[in-house]
Amino acid sequence: MNETTQHEFSIEALRAGDRAEFARLVEAYSSPIYRLGLKMLGDQQNAEDVLQNTFLKALQHIGNFEARSSLSTWLYRIAANEALMLLRKKRPEVPIDEPASEDDEISLPTQFTDWADMPENELLSVEGRRHLNDAIHALPEKLRVVFLLRDIEGLSIRETADALNLTETAVKTRLLRARLNLREQLGHYYAERITSE
Amino acid sequence: MTTHHHHEHDHQLSCKELLGSISDYVEGELSDDLCQEIRQHMAGCENCRVVFDTFNKTIYLYHTSAGDTKAPVDVQNRLFEKLQLNDYIKRK
Ligand SMILES: [Zn+2]
Repeated sequence: MNETTQHEFSIEALRAGDRAEFARLVEAYSSPIYRLGLKMLGDQQNAEDVLQNTFLKALQHIGNFEARSSLSTWLYRIAANEALMLLRKKRPEVPIDEPASEDDEISLPTQFTDWADMPENELLSVEGRRHLNDAIHALPEKLRVVFLLRDIEGLSIRETADALNLTETAVKTRLLRARLNLREQLGHYYAERITSE
Repeated sequence: MTTHHHHEHDHQLSCKELLGSISDYVEGELSDDLCQEIRQHMAGCENCRVVFDTFNKTIYLYHTSAGDTKAPVDVQNRLFEKLQLNDYIKRK
């Protein structure tokens, strides 16, 4: 899932303003960053805005990059901030502060259909894939961004925490809630597919 | 989910406790003892076994289909233009 981990970049060259090296960085990360934008915002135009703004900011600030975190985590941090900012612009009515208790509560499963052994071509049919995406968009954004970085882009818990300025404990809690929420949503969908056959 | 299967153990891991640890279990972050307890619980609790298998499968499906989404070529071209990196783009 993380097709970019094997890339090595010269931080020195990047910091010195080496255009060719920056172009390599853009090539390596344009798809992951675009994907993050698309899955956070849900449409291509906004995903492209996230992508362009991320690399414009990266270009602007690469001279000061201090390698406290890895280059990829740094890029994901910029991209996640861009995406969250755009989301707030789109829906200004959403309150910034959510109930404090929210992070501690996990909702108990209600879906106990065993769909895990369904054939993969059914689970990942065109319609199935569309449903996977719909389920992500139904997640609260605080959970969505954590799930995308950890389970879609393959960042570690530590890197996800770093990119989002969260504690590792907060990342783990949100990840658990995101995964349980998605499992529940997929369960409702796939259970119907099993029983209707 | 019920907790009545485990009267034979000293500590009975409840379904809710299992649920709270399920992510850490998948991440491989739990002690051997706790992993053992979780496996024992699942052997006697069909609901938790299903939740665990479908939980794992959920992560796997997203993981597997992540590569579906790539930045389209025209989007990449516009990005390179915006960054004034046209001279460096690799035409595919
Ligand atoms: Zn149980």
